Order: sequence, then C-alpha cells, then structure tokens
Amino acid sequence: MGRRVLLIEDEPNIIEAISYLLSRDGWTVHTHSDGETAMDKVRQGVPELIILDVMLPGRSGYDILRDLRADPQTADVPVMMLTARGQARDRELATSLGATQFMTKPFSNAEVLDSVRALAAL
Amino acid sequence: MISFNLLILVSLGYVAFLFLVAFAAERRAASGRSAWLRSSSIYTLSLSIYCTAWTFYGAVGYAARSGLEFLTIYLGPTIVMIGWWWFLRKLVRIGRSQRLTSIADLISSRFGKSTALGVMVTVLAIVGTTPYIALQLQSVTQSIGIFAAHSGAVWEAGDLNGAAMWVAFGLAVFTLLFGTRNLDASERHHGIVLAIAVEAVVKLFALVAVGIFVVWGVAGGVGPTLDLIDASAQSQWAPVPSRWVGLIFVSGAAFLCLPRMFQVLVVENADERHLSTAGWAFPAYLLFMSLFVVPIAVVGLDLMPAGANPDMFVVSVPLAEGREGLAILAFLGGFSSATSMVIVATLALATMVSNHIVVPGWLNARTPGAVVSGDVRDVVVLARRVSIGLVLALGYVYFRLSGGGAALAAIGLVSFTGVIQVLPAMVGGVVWRGANRWGAGAGLVVGFVVWGWTQFLPSFGVDAALSQAVFDHGPFGLDWLRPQALFGITGIDPFVHAVFWSMCLNAGAFMIVSILTFPNPVERLQGAQFVKIFDYSSGARLWTQSAAQAEDMLVMAQRIIGGAKAQTLFQAEAQSQGKAGFLPDVTPDFIGRLERELSGSVGAATAHAMIGQLTEGTMISVDDLIAVADETAQIMEYSNRLEAKSAEQERTARALREANEKLTALSIQKDAFLSQISHELRTPMTSIRSFSDILREDDLEDASRARFAGIIHDESNRLTRLLDDLLDLGVLESGQVQLNLGHGTLAEVIDRAVMAAGADGGALKVSRRAVNEAVPVFTDLERLTQVFINLISNAVKYATVPEPELRIIVRSLEGRCVVDFCDNGPGVPKESQSMIFEKFSRLEDAGKAGGAGLGLAICRQIMAALGGDVTYLPAQGGAAFRVTLPENVEMAAQ
Repeated sequence: MGRRVLLIEDEPNIIEAISYLLSRDGWTVHTHSDGETAMDKVRQGVPELIILDVMLPGRSGYDILRDLRADPQTADVPVMMLTARGQARDRELATSLGATQFMTKPFSNAEVLDSVRALAAL
Repeated sequence: MISFNLLILVSLGYVAFLFLVAFAAERRAASGRSAWLRSSSIYTLSLSIYCTAWTFYGAVGYAARSGLEFLTIYLGPTIVMIGWWWFLRKLVRIGRSQRLTSIADLISSRFGKSTALGVMVTVLAIVGTTPYIALQLQSVTQSIGIFAAHSGAVWEAGDLNGAAMWVAFGLAVFTLLFGTRNLDASERHHGIVLAIAVEAVVKLFALVAVGIFVVWGVAGGVGPTLDLIDASAQSQWAPVPSRWVGLIFVSGAAFLCLPRMFQVLVVENADERHLSTAGWAFPAYLLFMSLFVVPIAVVGLDLMPAGANPDMFVVSVPLAEGREGLAILAFLGGFSSATSMVIVATLALATMVSNHIVVPGWLNARTPGAVVSGDVRDVVVLARRVSIGLVLALGYVYFRLSGGGAALAAIGLVSFTGVIQVLPAMVGGVVWRGANRWGAGAGLVVGFVVWGWTQFLPSFGVDAALSQAVFDHGPFGLDWLRPQALFGITGIDPFVHAVFWSMCLNAGAFMIVSILTFPNPVERLQGAQFVKIFDYSSGARLWTQSAAQAEDMLVMAQRIIGGAKAQTLFQAEAQSQGKAGFLPDVTPDFIGRLERELSGSVGAATAHAMIGQLTEGTMISVDDLIAVADETAQIMEYSNRLEAKSAEQERTARALREANEKLTALSIQKDAFLSQISHELRTPMTSIRSFSDILREDDLEDASRARFAGIIHDESNRLTRLLDDLLDLGVLESGQVQLNLGHGTLAEVIDRAVMAAGADGGALKVSRRAVNEAVPVFTDLERLTQVFINLISNAVKYATVPEPELRIIVRSLEGRCVVDFCDNGPGVPKESQSMIFEKFSRLEDAGKAGGAGLGLAICRQIMAALGGDVTYLPAQGGAAFRVTLPENVEMAAQ
C-alpha cells in the first residue's frame, strides 16, 4: 500500500496521464473532478499530497486551497497547484494562498515526478 | 559807488555762471548720470518761475499800494497745488502719454488734433505773454536805473534800452542753446531746468536776505517792525472780498494755464510722484517769498522819500542804507526772476509757434509728400530757433512801445486774465467727454474778445485805445457794451468785472456749443483718452488701413526724430512683429505709436497732418469707426466662438474619457480572453505532451500504447477545432466575413446539419415537420448550416435524459421565418441564459462539452452577418434556441 495522493482535476485525459505516472511511482492515486465537493473528498481521508487544478467546475482551485489551509486537519498537507493560465499573477496568488508548489500546464512528466517526490520528502 | 560797468559785469558773470550750470547739467544728462537732475526738489524749484520779477519786485509795490491783497497772487497757486492735485496728476499723466509739448498742444490734441485751436491758443498765449516778457525786461532796466540814480550818474534812456536789448539778446542765446538741443520738445531740458532751479534759490535767498536786513538791520527787530506795520496806512485797509476771490481765482487759474507753467509742470515733469513733494514744498517756497513783503513795503514807505517807486524797494532800500553788496544780491534776485521766466516762457511760446503756426504753414505750402522729400528736421529746428528770436523780439518791441509806464502788477494781472481764457477748454477737455472743438473754439474766441474789450484795451488808459466816450456810453452809443459795465451792470471793480464776464461767457459758450455740436471721431477717441487717462495706458488707434509704405514712414521719422532714434523705433517694431530689419508692417497700432513719437517733436496736430500726408489722408472717419466697431463685434464673436469651442472641447474630453474607460474595459476583456485562450490551448497540449512522454518509454503494453496514441489524436483534433473556431470568430467579429450566397431550401440545410452533428441515428431523436421546411432560402448556406450544426450538437451534448429528443420547428413569426431548436434536456439555468452567447461561456465541465465555449458566440456572429439572429428561448421545458432567418426568406408554404 503506497502513499496516498489526491488529484483534483476535471480533464479526463490529464487525470489519466498523472494517475498513470504516479501509480507507477508507487503512489495510490485518488481522483476527484468536481470543485464543489472536493473538500468533502479531502476530509474523507486526508492524503499525504494534494494536486489541485485551478479551473474546476463548481468551485475554483484557489477557493479550495483557502479552505485547505484554514482547516487544521489539512493545513500542513503539501499542495501542488496546476494551472493552464501560467501568468505571473496566478502564481503569486497561489503562493500567497499557501500553495507548496505551482506548476504550469503543459508540464513534462519528469517535472511532475520530481516535484511530487520532493514534496513527499518534506 | 557801483558803476554801471560793474553791474553789467556782475550780470554777465551771473549769466556765464548760469550757462555753465546748464551746460554741466546737459553733459551729465547726456552721460546718463542725471538721477538727481530728475529729483522732486529740482522739480519743485523749477515751479518757482511762477515768481517772476513781478512777484520779486512788484509784490512789495503791490503791498505798498493795496495792503495784503498781494497775498492772493500766492494763495491761488497754493490752493491749486493742494486742492487740485488730482487734476495736476491727470494733466501730467496725459502730457506724458500723449507726449504733449505745450498747452496749445494739449488743447489741439484733445480736440481732434485741431490745427485751428492750436493756432488760437498760441495767439492767445503770445498776446498774453508778450507784455509779461516786456515786463521782465522793464524790471531789469528799472533796477539798473535805480543803481544809476543812486550813483548820481545820469544815463541816457538809450543806455537803458540798450541794456534791455542786450538782456533780451543774451536770453535768446541761452534759450536757443539749451532749448533746442533736443528736437523732441516733449523731452526734458535738463540745462534750462537746472538753471532756473538755481535761480529759484538765488531769488529766494536774495529776498529773504533783504527782508532780514530790513527787519533787523533797519527797523530794529520784529517788535518795532510790527509796530511800524500797525502804524502804517496799509494795515487799515480792509480787504475787498470780491477782489480777493477774483484775484485768487485768476492766479490759481494762471498757474495752470500759463504756457511757462505748463512747460515746467507737465512737459518737464520726470515723474508723476514729484507732484506730491511739490504739493507741500512749493506752497512753502511761496510762503517764504511772501514773508518779508509787508515789512519791506512798510519800512520802504517809511524810509524812502515820497514818490519813490515802491516796486523797486527791494533794491532801493539796501542802497539807501548803503548796503551795496546786498543791493547787488537783490538785483541778482530780480534778474534771476526775470530771466528764468523769460527763458521758459520763450521756450514754451517758441515751441507753440513753431509747432502750431510755422510747421503747419510750411506743410501746407508744400505739395503732399513733402514730409518725405523735404528735410523736416531742419525745418522744425529752424522754426523753433526763429520763434525764440521772434518771441523775444516781440517782448522787446512791446517794452519799447509801452515805454515802461504802467505799474508792473497791473500788466501782470491783465496778462493773467488773458491767459486763463484757456481754462474752460483745458479743464472741460480733461474732465468732460462731451466737450468738442467747436465749443472750445467758441469759448476761446468769446473769452478772448471779452477780455480784450473789458480789460486789455481799457488797460492802456482812457483815450489811449478806447475813448472816454466809449467808457461812458459804449461803442456806437450801445450802452450795454460799456467796457467796464457790460449789460448795464455797474458798480463792480473793473478787474473783477473783466474776470467775471470773460470767464462766464467763455465757459458758457464752451459748454453750450459743445452740447449743440458733435465731435468728430478723432475727438471722441482723444476725449475718452484724456478724460479716462487712468484707464488707458496706451493710445487708442487713430489710423486704420493705410496705403503708407514703411519705408516712407522711416524716411519721415528719421528726418523728424533723428536717424538713430527712428531706426531703433522701427527695428523694435519690426522685431515685435517677428521680422528682421527696419521695416515693420504698417499696422494702425504702429502708426499711432509713430504719431505719438513725432508729436513729441512737432506737436499732435502737425504729426497727425504729416502722417496724414503719407497715409494719403486716410484719417479716421465714421466708416473707420464703424470698421473698428465691426472689429469689436468680430472680437466678441470670436470670443463666443472660443467659448463654444471650449464647450466642444469639454464634450470631446468627456467623450475621450468615456472612450478611454471603454478601452480600459476592453483591455481587461482582452486580457481575460487571452487568458482563456491560453487555458484552452494548454489543456489539450498538457495531455499531448504527457502521453507522448509516456509513449517514448520502451516497456509499454501495446494496448496502452494504442490507447495513449488515441488520446493524443483526439486532443490534437480538439486543438485544431479550437484554432478553427478562434479564427472563424476573429473573421466574423471583424465584419470582414466573405459571404458565399446561394439558393437552397431550409430542409436541405437542416438535413445536412443533422447529419454533420452526428444526431442522425444516435441516441437523440430529432423530430421535424417536412411540410414547413420547404422554404426557399437565398443566403450563405454553408454558414447557416454551421449555425444549425452547433445548435444540434449542443442538444446532443447537453440533453442528458434517458430519451433525449430535439424538435426542429420552422414557422412564420411576424413576417419573419424562424427555426426553433427545442430539446427535452435540463436546459440552461436562468442565471446563465444571458451569458451563453459570450465567448468561452461553457456550461459545466469541459470534458463533456468537448468544445472551448465558442460555438454559440460564432452562431450569433454568423446570424448577424447573414442579417438574422439567434436567441435563447426560455421556458420551453429544455434548452431552446430560436434562429430568425434573414428578411428576404419568405414563407412560401403558408
């Protein structure tokens, strides 16, 4: 039983890609694709790492991040933000809200793996 | 014993000293170190030419004959200096701004630059002043005669006359030398002014010295002097009120009107503020001049033998007491009084004669254009020099003819009354805009005639100019014209009678004629300038468009005001117009300025006439005034336009502000749009990149490899579609879409759309009514099909119910053909209905929709381009869109 990662993302193909990569690296990947219910999913079982997309149906990734950081249960969980809008102010906003890592789409698989491994080592 | 020669020597020495003083002053002024020459004390002292030999010698005689009445001669100017300072200030300001050269110039300039008025005032001034100049010559010879009598020598009358001639000649030389150095008569004559200031000191010093000697040296102190005065007959004489009022009025008016007073008060004034100093200093000077008059008169009467001339007490009393040095000082005081008056009066009169009589006459005698061809400068200088000689010669001749008989004071008063005939025109011209030249001329003529009849002619004595019969019964038996009882009113003092009638009739004629006649335009402008001098800083334009050439003007100006000065003036003007060289555009402003410059040399009327010759007589007329008025109207219109323009600018600014706000909003939209596109492009690329990375690995199962390649393929298609849509939308939005019009039917278009959307034979049931669809259309069939595909695809994607159905209904609505697409899906939430036609507005999750959210935006753009519309139909039990076809599509089937 590997370590648990929660991937909150709405693009099916991206979910499949990341799931494939991380499973092979020994992670147990849980996925969720709805923003509105994302927090419930997190609280069901706090993962060791959360990968969070910004543009989600129902609720923005930033709002979810804010909730995560406000909840003592999840405040310390490393969060890697994914966004397709790679502008500087998106990065700043994510950092200020407490994102541990910020990654712009498209990313290489090596980048994702390196980041995830680094975050897991924390 | 003082010899005649010694006296002459002293006189000559004194005159030489005055020459030196004047010469030094001119030198200093020329070298620019003349600040003290322009001081208020010099100005105040120069005013003392009011005190002539008449006041120096004559006041004592006057006191001996009439008691305190002599004081009126001092009270008049004192009242003017203190009470009429506002008027003096106005005169000085006008004099400077109009560059007036004389009182004749003032009157002429004020009343339309009239040559005739200038001549009249000049003649009046000559008639009034010549006896006065004669008086001065007489007083000098009389005082020399006193020395002669004292020394026991009997001099020939010829000697005295010769002395008078030499004095006149010397004064002429002095005035020539220092009075015509500057052609510009409106400029100060530093040499002359300083010389008369020195003389002012000498005469005051001499009179006070004699006074002190008389009081303390002869009478034995203040107490005994007062006792003597009390005991004298003079102290018993009660003043006659009417004479006092008349005398104070005449002397005050004369202070303003005498040509020589105007010369020092206005023309030679360097600074308006000097008036405030002179306002108290000059009355103080007069006080000292009058302080010892009564003691000298009383002591003289007491001391001297009966029959001695009281007019000469100032010299004869010291002589009788053996104080020859003091007598010589007194003589020099009287000499100073006489010479300073003669010099300034001659200068003033000569300026008037040359500017108002000689030069205009010369101009008239020449053909037009003479101001350019002739050498005006020389003519003007020559005219002024000749005039100086003439005026002094006239004074000398008068002196010889009158034989020195009449008492000095009497001549003085007659002169005064004659000269003050200018007063109504002068005061009226400065304070009353309604005054005009006809009124001024009438007043001057009436005043002059009345004065001549009631005072001047009678002053020669009974049976001299007028016979006893005329005195008693009037001319030709006309009783009411008796010279000293006009209109049958008798019992008035002859002097008061003359002053009263001449002034009343003069002022009356001036006012009545002014009211009854109309001023010409130049007068109106000048009147406004004079009366409202403190509101105007520069002159109003008197010249309008002119044919004059700048070059002619320069030639003329050089001849009149001198080469360097004229060139400087022209160059400065050219420079201010932004031109190089010496020839500016001849603007009305410039002509006006040039005229004022010239008038400083030759007087207003002559300058006006000269310019008139050059400008081919384009003197201002009513038409010009109308032009000026038009110009004013244009300026007002222009200002209105400016106002309108500024309102327009405000509107423009507001529009710009709004546009800017719109642009800012658009820019924000553009940012959002780019950000959205970025997201839409990056999302498929993420998948493509990630799976292509995985595909490069070796140990991959074939099934996975095929699957991942399929994903890459799909995402590539998605990218291509997105780019197509974006480009399509760009073209549509820019309005540059190329429509490919063709004929067809709605049925065909719908058929194709259903097929392309993949709704044919799928889960979605499409229900149509073929009868209604048989509508011929002429439009871009491809584009219309594209719209229908989009709408049907949406139904395929979003109608997520167990038995999805799409109804396509064609019908006519208000004359337009409409096609409704209604599905039985969940529909569009109310809050989203207004947004679905915006770019990137996608409902719910992207994965299911498979598009970038551009479809409906493209649909709306296409329908707009075709001339139709697409809208969302709410409350249809699902999602419902209505396409309104272009107007040219007719419903044939119904």
